[in-house]
Amino acid sequence: MSVDIPSTSGIEGKTLIHLFEKMLEIRRFEEKVWDLFGRNLIPGTLHLYIGEEATAVGVCVNLRVDDYITSTHRGHGHCIAKEARLEPMMAELLGKKTGYCKGKGGSMHVADASVGILGATAVVGSGIPIAVGAGLSCKMRKTDQVVACFFGDGASNNGTFHESLNMAAIWKLPIVFVCENNLYAMGTRISNVTAIDNIAQRAIAYGMPGVTVDGNDAVAVFQAARGAVERARKGEGPTLLECQTYRHKGHSRFDPATYRPQEEVEEWMKRDPIVRLRKKLTEEQILSEEEAGEIDKRIIDEVEAAAGFALGSSYPELEEALEDVFVRAR
Amino acid sequence: MKELTYVQALNEALREEMQRDERVFLIGEDIGPYWEGAFKVTKGLANEFGVERVIDTPISESCIVGAAVGAAMTGMRPVAEIMFGDLLALAMDQIINQAAKIHYMFGGQLKVPLVVRAPFGIGRSMAAHHSQSLEALFMHIPGLKIAVPSTAYDAKGLLKTAIRDDDPVMFFEHKICYPTKSLIPEEEYLIRFGEADVKREGDDLTLVATSWMVHKALKVADQLADNGIDIEIIDPRTLVPLDKETILQSVKKTGRLLIVEEDCKTCGVGAEISAIVAEEAIDYLESPIIRIAEPDTPIPFSPILENYVIPNEEAIIKGVEKILS
Repeated sequence: MSVDIPSTSGIEGKTLIHLFEKMLEIRRFEEKVWDLFGRNLIPGTLHLYIGEEATAVGVCVNLRVDDYITSTHRGHGHCIAKEARLEPMMAELLGKKTGYCKGKGGSMHVADASVGILGATAVVGSGIPIAVGAGLSCKMRKTDQVVACFFGDGASNNGTFHESLNMAAIWKLPIVFVCENNLYAMGTRISNVTAIDNIAQRAIAYGMPGVTVDGNDAVAVFQAARGAVERARKGEGPTLLECQTYRHKGHSRFDPATYRPQEEVEEWMKRDPIVRLRKKLTEEQILSEEEAGEIDKRIIDEVEAAAGFALGSSYPELEEALEDVFVRAR
Repeated sequence: MKELTYVQALNEALREEMQRDERVFLIGEDIGPYWEGAFKVTKGLANEFGVERVIDTPISESCIVGAAVGAAMTGMRPVAEIMFGDLLALAMDQIINQAAKIHYMFGGQLKVPLVVRAPFGIGRSMAAHHSQSLEALFMHIPGLKIAVPSTAYDAKGLLKTAIRDDDPVMFFEHKICYPTKSLIPEEEYLIRFGEADVKREGDDLTLVATSWMVHKALKVADQLADNGIDIEIIDPRTLVPLDKETILQSVKKTGRLLIVEEDCKTCGVGAEISAIVAEEAIDYLESPIIRIAEPDTPIPFSPILENYVIPNEEAIIKGVEKILS
């Protein structure tokens, strides 16, 4: 492993390896989740992030542990990228007592307050105003924390997007609005519901910079997010960062995604962000094939351990359904 | 003691809590130095604490409440003002799906110490979009606390408690109550949530009322006292938590329950209180419960029509006579 070799992108080798590891962690975690779901071990539904890993990782690798993120129904990737631990995440997906939310949240509501994950909210667009509030709080408390607000192309057509980007811009809040444009809101193609080419074009209407990047290129996302995070941290205000990406699976576990043309799917599959970064790392001799394989094996072992932990954990006691409605018992 | 209006008492509560705790801030439309709140509740506060802590916003109710939720989750104690209770409809996702559920759905990891203040209620010919009483809607959402002060004294003590509470609180201020006055102690006081106030003691009948309806009920009770009818008036002050005990004790004493409420009758506050009494004290009732509420209509504009739908003194007297007959 040659961590000191600068890549052609000018980014340190160790950073690129870290991007690779985190993306692979998300991929292997979700593949395991897919497997467990298929065996009826995960209740409810699933919105997999597979294919979009470069976006969450490229953004979150720029964040500190005390920075915040808001996440969505498709949130596993955001949480792992922001250093959520795999064991309580997996346990939460299985509805176990040892889960992050004691089994009350599930796949669509993972949170880890200790690393700034303010929680995944599953009403499309609902996390955007919450990110504005977190940004306002950072500004009022005079910290230099930053908020990364993840949402999809679908959410960009919700009223909360407009209200929130406007408010963040007028108050110069330290927020990076990360629009994961995966081209489809459920089965609705973005071009059918949006008359512009890129969501980031909307930024000009709010008086903030708008940047569109290839969301399947971890290096491109990392570099664009780095600029936006630095700008936010310096008090210069928010940025709208659009990452164009694609989900490998359907909207949810039960969606075969037949509304997507086969050629389009094939084209995007060729642009798998993990394959691309692995190729770059090996071509530039930052990692050997063997080393990349070892990383993969280690991550698979970690994911298996997390699954073992979750499967071996107890379900919550029934009375726990009645707890945590209010902070203090009335 | 000093005499303050309900508006002044609320203003004093905000000022005291902002002085006490620098995490407390106000956010809403036209609450800052130019307008100082549609009903002047934030008068002088922007000048005293700065526009950084008395924040004027765009007309974006969803983001006002959402931003307050996010700030509350990250260490602040926001008080959001929604100019009219009717406009809460614009912020319902943030109230119902976010503020109310965040503590529970994230397993207790995060809390939302938020107050949403909203003037509400009928009586000023402001028609269907500026007159509703929607508090019962929020009673149906676990995770929200609800205060409905009727007097200036209660308004101050309850608002201070709301701001210090770690849960989201919906704080409903009645527009007709704004100019009403109470004697307010010079020294600090708080009113605990879940403690009803017996506004008038009596043995013949229990009358439960909230907010403006408390004032109407008191007037009727004074009038009927001359006829030898002795009404006990209970003001729950908070609907969540609800002081069931005080209501049940009173009903067990009087054997009769009349509820006077300003909201629509169907699924209203009175429906819940009636059900509680029916479940827990039906054997003590000597006659059926009566609810006097607004009919199930939007609020009409024309004063003659508006007055018709407001529960008035005449209707309350009829209710009392019926329940005692």
